[in-house]
Amino acid sequence: MTGVAAPLPIANVDTDQIVPGRFLKGTTRDGLGKVLLAPLRYDPDGREQQDFILNREPWRQAKILVTLDNFGCGSSREHAAWALADFGIRTVLAPSFADIFYNNAFKNGLLPAKLEAGAVERLLALAGNPATCLLKVDLEAGEVTAATGETFPFDVPAEKREALLSGLDEIGRSLKLEPAIAEFETRHLPGVPPIPNGKF
Amino acid sequence: MSSGRTLYDKIWDGHAVAPLSGDDWLLYIDRHLIHEVTSPQAFAGLKQASRQVRRPELTLAVADHNVPTIRRKLGVAGIADRESRAQVEALERNVIEFGIPYVPLIHRQQGIVHVIGPELGFTLPGMTVVCGDSHTSTHGAFGALAFGIGTSEVEHVFATQTLVQSHAKNMRIQVNGALGTGVTAKDLILAIIGQIGTAGATGHVVEYCGEAIARLDMAGRMTVCNMSIEAGARAGLIAPDEKTFEWLKGRPLVPQGEAFVEACSRWRRLRSDPDARFDREVVIEGPEIAPMVSWGTSPEAVTAIDGRVPDPKEASDAGRRAQIARMLDYMDLRPGQPLAGIPIDQVFIGSCTNARIEDLRAAAAIAREGHVSPGVRALVVPGSGMVKQAAEAEGLDQIFLDAGFDWRDAGCSMCLGMNEDRLNPGQRCASTSNRNFEGRQGPGGRTHLMSPAMAAAAAIAGKIVDVRTFGV
Ligand code: SF4
Repeated sequence: MTGVAAPLPIANVDTDQIVPGRFLKGTTRDGLGKVLLAPLRYDPDGREQQDFILNREPWRQAKILVTLDNFGCGSSREHAAWALADFGIRTVLAPSFADIFYNNAFKNGLLPAKLEAGAVERLLALAGNPATCLLKVDLEAGEVTAATGETFPFDVPAEKREALLSGLDEIGRSLKLEPAIAEFETRHLPGVPPIPNGKF
Repeated sequence: MSSGRTLYDKIWDGHAVAPLSGDDWLLYIDRHLIHEVTSPQAFAGLKQASRQVRRPELTLAVADHNVPTIRRKLGVAGIADRESRAQVEALERNVIEFGIPYVPLIHRQQGIVHVIGPELGFTLPGMTVVCGDSHTSTHGAFGALAFGIGTSEVEHVFATQTLVQSHAKNMRIQVNGALGTGVTAKDLILAIIGQIGTAGATGHVVEYCGEAIARLDMAGRMTVCNMSIEAGARAGLIAPDEKTFEWLKGRPLVPQGEAFVEACSRWRRLRSDPDARFDREVVIEGPEIAPMVSWGTSPEAVTAIDGRVPDPKEASDAGRRAQIARMLDYMDLRPGQPLAGIPIDQVFIGSCTNARIEDLRAAAAIAREGHVSPGVRALVVPGSGMVKQAAEAEGLDQIFLDAGFDWRDAGCSMCLGMNEDRLNPGQRCASTSNRNFEGRQGPGGRTHLMSPAMAAAAAIAGKIVDVRTFGV
């Protein structure tokens, strides 16, 4: 996958920044791209902040986000992953991610790739320049390549990579283990009191 | 030679159904809490694939995040905001369609998922508990493995009653000694996050132990486990003890009589082996902790109440310097400014961190000493209908009302600013919630995290004050 990379040189970008609480009132996964990073993208009256990276060309078309440590910390809202994906972001490059966001990303075809801090520094610089902001992300090779020819290896667990490449239906796969689940339940459920429906 | 197992290892082993690829396992889930904001898309996915909820009887639903804290008697019809009402209505349709136990909005047991789960006895020691909400870690106070999940995972639990998980690392945080007067569980966990940082426990399940933890009541233990996620932890845990069993005894969904006695003897074995190995250990001295207040827009940006706002110039590296400068700019604070004395506009006493009866008692003990400062708006939002009822039976509502606080119905309220309880741009809030992120309590709002007693004291003083020197 090749695309424009946008630099977001902020650490601890939390899910309240990615999608603020007031935009969580929907009942579908769609349409959150326009509120992605709303506090940074828009002023209090809802007008675009001219100087914010995603409001400028060519980064309006960004498919890659380069950012700092602990991206996606905070709430478990999968809306964060939905908003990134809906905007068109396919890969987030960062030194580290918060656990829940990391999991949520894979489930939405979004690659959270971990790189060394030094590599991220360099990628931020490349992404910030319109002449060098086009990056190639090769999931199979586990490598980001810049137009300058520089390459940066990234880390992604093998099973997560496979899942992304094959578009795995995780629930479908788990349901194939139905016999194991049922067998586990015969041993386990006698110790787990059921909740009567209609009690409240 | 194999070493002993941690409490987390034991719960994991007891719920591991089958290995998948790589490090992934299928883990059985005993308890699934759902709410209106992170479940509709999971139900939609389920319907689209014509799948069923495998174990509705292990699931409990409640609307809490996006409900008003007024006009509760009207139930769903009292939700003025159209989108919010639609979300709660969707939950109500889905629980009927899939046969899921539901605590209705008008029910006296409605409340924040993480308050009502333990309160009803839905959460029991040794269980695996999940919810589409990061503060599910709260339930770890009962020695349950409890963690937040995304909506895709909610759908996975619906369909299979399991989750795909990899074994986390083990971390132990030991808190020696006793906490000082006026120092609470909230101060303890803020001090811990201040020390280890918001990513300090990433990839780990944290077990809290030591004298200070043993001395905490169950409400305090829930406060500590609740904010484990703010240190990046997958979950926080405290081994159950007699205090835990005493607290659980007689609650609606807890086994009764003989079954309870039997359960207790099983639960007593839920502890880490003496030779269990932890990947990381942190030791904290309880007596050294003072009441804590956050000054920035991350829960690690905290300092003792007698401290000062940091100076970015003194930061160790350029990145940290920029981060502090950005936070001070957003918070409108000056480098070196003392925390005590910062004027506030609003006070929020509530959230799954600090809205239990013990928290309200601590706040009321301060509120009875004075009156909310002119120009300050102060909200008290009980964590559940049961908490509200208990508080009213003790007369706490009257104390708050007499002192000029607002007394509301249960819900998440100003913790996340989804309903109309929120900060206006530029407003500063003394809050007992768990997150001080930019805009968390409303766009442009500024949050200072602290304990319930400290928040009540701030309401009366009109500024941040040290509760230990405050009138009592
Ligand atoms: S009170 Fe706040 S942190 Fe707790 S569940 Fe509600 S929104 Fe989440």
